[in-house]
Parts: sequence; structure tokens; C-alpha cells
Amino acid sequence: MSGKEDYSEIKVEQLARVEGEGGVWVKVKDGKIDYVEVNIFEPPRFFEAFLKGRSYLEAPDLTARICGICPLAYVMAASRAMEKILGIKASDAANKLRKIAFYGEWIESHVLHFAFLHAPDFLGKHSIFEIAKEYPQFVKDAIAARNWGNRAIEIIGGRPVHPVGFRVGGLHRIIRKRELEPLLRNFDEVKKIGKRLLEFVLKLPIPEISYDMVFMSLKGEKEYPILEGVVANNLGEEFPEDEFEEHTIVEQKRYSNALHYRLKNGKPYITGPLARFNLNYELLSPEVRDVLEEFGFKPPLRNTYQSIIARAAETYHAILEIGRLIEEYREPNRAYEEAEVKAGEAMAIVEAPRGMLYHRYRISDEGKILYANIVPPTAQNYAAMEEDILKVGDLILKQPKEKAQKLVETTIRNYDPCISCSVHMIRLKIIEE
Amino acid sequence: MSGENGKVRLAVFKLTSCSGCQQQIVDLGEQLLTLLDRVEVAYFLEASSDAKPGPYDVALIEGSVSTPHEEKLVKNIRENSKIVVSVGSCATYGGIQALRNWMKFEEVKKTVYEKPEWVEALEKSRPVSDFIKVDYAIGGCPANKLQLLSTLKQILIGRRIYHREESLCQECKRKGNVCVVVAKGEPCLGPIIKEGCGALCPSYRRGCYGCFGPMIDPKPNALARRFEDLGLSREETALRIRNITSWSEPVRRFLESYER
Repeated sequence: MSGKEDYSEIKVEQLARVEGEGGVWVKVKDGKIDYVEVNIFEPPRFFEAFLKGRSYLEAPDLTARICGICPLAYVMAASRAMEKILGIKASDAANKLRKIAFYGEWIESHVLHFAFLHAPDFLGKHSIFEIAKEYPQFVKDAIAARNWGNRAIEIIGGRPVHPVGFRVGGLHRIIRKRELEPLLRNFDEVKKIGKRLLEFVLKLPIPEISYDMVFMSLKGEKEYPILEGVVANNLGEEFPEDEFEEHTIVEQKRYSNALHYRLKNGKPYITGPLARFNLNYELLSPEVRDVLEEFGFKPPLRNTYQSIIARAAETYHAILEIGRLIEEYREPNRAYEEAEVKAGEAMAIVEAPRGMLYHRYRISDEGKILYANIVPPTAQNYAAMEEDILKVGDLILKQPKEKAQKLVETTIRNYDPCISCSVHMIRLKIIEE
Repeated sequence: MSGENGKVRLAVFKLTSCSGCQQQIVDLGEQLLTLLDRVEVAYFLEASSDAKPGPYDVALIEGSVSTPHEEKLVKNIRENSKIVVSVGSCATYGGIQALRNWMKFEEVKKTVYEKPEWVEALEKSRPVSDFIKVDYAIGGCPANKLQLLSTLKQILIGRRIYHREESLCQECKRKGNVCVVVAKGEPCLGPIIKEGCGALCPSYRRGCYGCFGPMIDPKPNALARRFEDLGLSREETALRIRNITSWSEPVRRFLESYER
């Protein structure tokens, strides 16, 4: 094995700066990594079990509690699946409000990850608290952007974490246009913040490495995908959200409380900002593409370390979209669509900040949930994370022990794993045979 | 205080939860950075990879105890911390995941996992105070960040922590909301639930579903009778009341007798 230091074992018992609990176990043989396990020891919470017997109307609020970082993604997926069962569609106005709040959640979640959790890796720091001393403007911008995103959720949903304003069919009350206006008061400054954050990220020293991988995300028709779309990947396949389970396989691993998903042919795939970016680049706001291209970035990005770029690009895009959606918003006559309860089954996929979130429900003619299956993005990414560590193996093993450990952690953090969702943190052990 | 330059050494731990309450800490944003003048964040794994060992002055715990590992961890936290605060309804009451406490655990495991025998979890999801002495408890799903901030400030100046624990109805009245039970016949948990959220749900013209946990001396029996008068069956009534803080002592006692 190469490297200044000879080591036979590396342990990171708990990965930091991720949402939840897990570890990584890497086996080295003949100077090469030949086996990787991402173990998830975040305790299981059994949502699919206790949803049974509850009212279909409760699904959005209950499943929101799977994740405190992206609760709205759950609210949206559950609402849309139930609306499909009942045969109703939320009004255009309700959809605009959903998108404004959901984009607010992308900003809150993305900035949390790229500034607070991920940027320290590229700047050689332990935390945002250390970054704050050296790059005060960056940290100020990050906090301001998050506050603004959170404010969008709060105005529409009542509070940023586990908002209460949304329901199957639309919203619980009509949101007045004037309520949204405070978001536009300093909008020019907010846009500048979004742009500065992206430029900061584009200047970070990011490891150069690239290889073939499968990306899968929703694909938008006229707009960048967030609430809906067809599922697409870079192998040229496209299929409706209803066929998700037919195109994927799921396995339970002894070492993990999270289920692992792969494509039907056994290949791992990546879902999340990098996938969305690569498959929907043309739908990003022109202002965002201008900044990217000025710095020489074009899709496809084939380097998972560049996921931080996709996240910052989507953040700027989300800011611009919120502005547009507020301008276009017209108050509806009623807050939500009502429907007769009927038995049925349906699936829905939305783009959570971390990627595709799949919900499937079956309900009785009284509206009781009989069956629920929820596939969070991080569960879909575990197989890709393991494969990714195998592929960057040479780069990892060239480093002395402590650096190798950090690089494995960074590799996992590229996926912004939300372990709370996928069970749903990370322990690293490298053992040489 | 025992931290660098006499700062308060703070630790934040996560057990079984959604990370939303830690999120509330991060959401303090600039106020959190200001706090750093007086507080040393010694352990906060979600925010920093620089995890320092105890002892700590203040430990904030998010999440319920639902695995054998967590049971050991909370005991260890208690031994290493002067003040322990349970943050949010998972740590304080067992959380939404305690809804499984009302079901047969083997069935629960089988519903989600093909090989339930691989899953290591305690039969019930329980509050931290079932295992160790908790000095202060803040409910909420999520916990209110201003309540969190005020808790930290009160610890910093060394006074006894005080939060109002009146019913949500009081908060709702002060806000000037129209009562959803009276005006819409909508079942609302407000009369038995503690204030803290700003009476959000009734402000959206919907009934409270109980994020913040029971108020002092709640009367769930009386509320159940009111729900029945609104036309809910006993089963529907029980389901409404058995929600996010179903494993809190008063709610649990009520449900055990009501459903018998």
C-alpha cells in the first residue's frame, strides 16, 4: 500500500456533520479497497407500521416527522399521492404556494449542507463556527439565505420545521398576496446573496476525479422539477412515477437499519442535486447558468464532490423561482379542493432537497390507511455511496491514515445523507486483510 | 463554568428523532453565533466534527430512547453533565414513534423489515426521563427555538428555568382566533395541550393535533366527551388524542382507561 504511513485499520466511529447516526466500514486488500459497508445505526422508527389505521388526512403531518430538515418534501409527496387516490388536483394557486414553500425548504436544507456541513471539508475546518472567523461574509450570507428560505415556509405554513398550513387538496387557509410581499422587500439583496454563495462555492478547492455513474431524478417539462415530473436517468430511460418500484430493487442489509435501493440490473444510482442538475440543466434559471459558465462549469458533472456546486446552483435558482412565483400568484377562491373519500392506491414522487422521495399508499373506503411504503432519497443513495468509495479508493489510499479517514467522510457527505430519513450516521473502519 | 475561558460547555446529543429540534438550534443563526461568546460548543455532531469528551455543563438531548445503545448513552450523558435538558416531544414524551408502543412490536417490525430479527430496538420508544433524571424539559414538535434560547440564557445567568404551561386555548384566545371547535365543530386538542407554538393550527382554521404535549393537569376525559358530542366515534376520539405525545403520562393513562 502506498502513502507515507502504513496502516491496517482506520475507524471513524461516528460520522459528523450529517443528519443522523451511521458509520463506514472499508476493507483493504492488496493495496486496494475491495469492500465497503455504510452502516446505519440510526434507530428505526417504523412509520409504515403506525400509519396503518390512521386517516389519509393525517399522512402529510405524520410523515413530515420523518425528517426535520425536509418535512415539506414528505408533506408534498403524501398530499399528492392522496390527491391521486381521490382523483383531485390542487389548484394552480395552491401549487404555486407549495412550490414557494418547497423551494424555501431547498434553500434552508441546501445552505445548511453546503455552508454549515460540507464547506468545512474543503476549507480544512471542523465546523461553521471555525469558518465564521475567516470568512465572515460567507457565513453571514449563508445565515441570511437560510433565514429567508425559512421565512418563505413560515409565511405559508406557519413554521419552518413541521409546518401546519398544508393539507391534502391544497392549504388549510387562503394565503393573501400581501402576506407574501415581505419576501420581496429586499429581494435584490437576496438575489445578490444567492449569487455570492454560488461564486464562493465555485472557488472552493474540489478534488478532481470523474467516472461514469447513473443519475436518476425527476425531469421537468417546462420547469426545473420539484413537485412532479417523469422519472429519468442518463441511460436514456424515462418512466412515470407509478412505475418506480418496477424499475428498482430493494434489499435489507444485516449491517444497516436502512434499506438499500438499486436499479433492476443491480447497478447503484445517484439521486439528488447532482442528478437533477445533470438531467435538467437547461431548465435552471439563465442567471444561474451564466454564473456557472463564467466559471467554466457545464453538465454533466461526473464528480460527486461537485454535488456542492449543484446544491449552490439550485439555491440561487430557488431564490429566483420564489420571486417569480410570488409575482405570478393570484389568490384563489378556496383554500383546498374537497373530495368524496374512496378506496384506492396511488404513488407520488417529489424532489426532496436530497433527491427523489417516493410515497405509496392504499386507503379504505373510509379513508383509513391500509398500506404505506416510503422510499427516502438517502436509502436510494447508499449503494452509490458504497460504490463511490470503491471508485475513489486510489485517491483515498494515497493519503496518510487521518486524511484517508477524512476523505471517506467527505465522500459520504457529498450525498448530504439524511440518515434520519433513511431509517434512517456513520462509522468508518478500514481493515486490511 | 468549566469550558475554555470560563465558558459554559454545551453538548447536543441526538437519539431517536427527525433532527428537527437540532435544526431549531441551528436556526438560531446569528443569535447562536452571539451565544458563542459565552458558550463553548463541546459536542454537537450534526454541526461539528470536533467532538470533545465530557464533562459538560449543559447537555441538550433530542430524541427518545428506543434502542439498548441509547439506554446506555443517556446514562453516560447524565454522569457527564451538570444540567440535562430534554428538548422536544421525542425526548420529553417518547415522540411520534411511540405510536408503535400501542401495537404489537413483532408485527411492527415485520411491516417494515423483511428480516425483523436483524433490527435492534427496544419494544417501546420512551422519554429520556424514564431512564435518567432530567433537570428541565422542553416539549414541542419541533421545540420552539425562542424557548430553547431563553432556556440557555436562563442557565447562563444561573436562574431557575421557567416556561408557561397553560393550555393552547389561552394562547389562542390572546391571539384573537375564532375557536374552531365552537365555530366549525372541528375536534381540537387545544384544551389539553400546552402552549408554545403560537396556537398555529387554529390560526390556520384547523384543530390542534398536540405537538407540545399535555398542559399541567389536563382533562382528556372531558375533551373526549366533547369530541363524542361533535359526532366522533370512540375509536375516532381515541385516534385524535393518541397523537404526537401519546406516551406522555396523562395521555397514556387516559387512553388506557378509555379504550378498555
